[in-house]
Amino acid sequence: MSKVRVLVGTRKGAFLLTADGKRDKWEVSGPHFAGWEIYHMKGSPVDPDRIWVSQSSGWFGQLLQRSTDGGKTWHQPGVTDEKPIQFPNKAPNRFLYDTTDASGAPLHTHQWYDGTQHPWEFKRVWHLEPSLTDANTVYAGVEDAALFRSTDGGESWQELSGLRGHGTGPQWAPGAGGMCLHSVILDPSDPGRIFIAISAAGAFRTDDDGLTWKPINKGLRSQYIPDPDAEIGHCVHHIAMNPARPNVLFMQKHWDVMRSDNAGDSWTEVSGNLPTDFGFCIDVHAHQPETIYVVPIKSDSEHFPLDGKLQVFRSRTGGNEWEALTKGLPQKDCYVDILRDAMSVDQLDDCGIYFGTTGGQVYVSPNGGDTWQTIVHDLPPVLSVEVQTLA
Amino acid sequence: MTQDTAGHPLIRVTLPYHLRNLAGVSGDVTLAVPAPVTIRAVLDALEARYPALRGTIRDHATLERRAFLRFFACQQDLSLDPPDTPLPDDIIQGREPFIILGAIAGG
Repeated sequence: MSKVRVLVGTRKGAFLLTADGKRDKWEVSGPHFAGWEIYHMKGSPVDPDRIWVSQSSGWFGQLLQRSTDGGKTWHQPGVTDEKPIQFPNKAPNRFLYDTTDASGAPLHTHQWYDGTQHPWEFKRVWHLEPSLTDANTVYAGVEDAALFRSTDGGESWQELSGLRGHGTGPQWAPGAGGMCLHSVILDPSDPGRIFIAISAAGAFRTDDDGLTWKPINKGLRSQYIPDPDAEIGHCVHHIAMNPARPNVLFMQKHWDVMRSDNAGDSWTEVSGNLPTDFGFCIDVHAHQPETIYVVPIKSDSEHFPLDGKLQVFRSRTGGNEWEALTKGLPQKDCYVDILRDAMSVDQLDDCGIYFGTTGGQVYVSPNGGDTWQTIVHDLPPVLSVEVQTLA
Repeated sequence: MTQDTAGHPLIRVTLPYHLRNLAGVSGDVTLAVPAPVTIRAVLDALEARYPALRGTIRDHATLERRAFLRFFACQQDLSLDPPDTPLPDDIIQGREPFIILGAIAGG
């Protein structure tokens, strides 16, 4: 029988939640890396027992952990007492911006909150995206915004500097959460195509495996920047794709839910009848590419659900027409937030939808959103949720 | 002075909780540090012995001390001293530990 493994990153450690295909009885493992911030964990599609973890701390910086046994044990790739790593040129937590002339991206500053230029400074890894085809290749979206890639199982990292070196780089500015590259989507139909999103620069796409990039923000309107239709500067919160239709992208922007039917070349708003179109997370049903999910948040000033009612909204029409999903979710006195990487879906026939909250709850709907159950309700604030569907 | 077989002084280092866990140790660590015994030399020896700590005390790019970590020894705060400053004799003689301390910050 199939089973699912939910990878939960929190402010104070990582948790693994497992269940069989019924998804009604759960085992909880953790905390792993207790006391550390786990911004993101994700398993390799090639080797599901290979799980990548971004482990960080305001005191000790960034670490990169990997499991090769489904989360039973962890290690920093390449770091062993027996085989010292080639410090300082090679380390699993060494994310150095490539500003060499050879990179063509000798860019050292971006726009700061006060409008002045500020040096690029690595802070943490927000998102890890394993390759669809190679277990040793993984991408890391980092703050300050850049994309790195490892092809040796995480032992060393190289920046895809054409992104940060894009001509608009000096105009990129941090959002309230920092200037983070938080979304990385690999196109299963085109190995050279990658989509990424940055707060608050916008979405970008490469068609040549990361060598060159272009902004894909046409159609986005953001009233909080001087030119609402600018090429860059939009605070994209998350983007999502159903792998069966890689040219169709969905976006939760700071305000507005958007869709693109041409791989991001242009976007149209599909907020429709949502009670508020501010939010952070968005995801797509595993088998119904026009069925999408968001969790509306009251506003950019009040990061919690409207009226204290936790409601997931589902559209079966690719946007515009939305229905509230509430069965099993708290409908009073609920003032949590759902962060951008804290929603995921499984691949079972009756698609499961999962999300975690800043209040430490992780919810599952084993039936596409019709009803919800609480898997755990007292974890530290949840930063990310990823689901693995295992044979 | 306690020395190893090569004549290097043996330096005691006290790590904060999370770094002890990363290094897989339960108490102070003892390191053979070639003279001159400086902050840099101690950290180099520490990272060579415990590679899992690389990047956690000093930034990979700048090799500067992480802002929320402090270096104490013999009731002195050495955090702002140049990294090549010789450590106090009580450290070299093994009478006092070199302390890496996490700042009291956060909630």
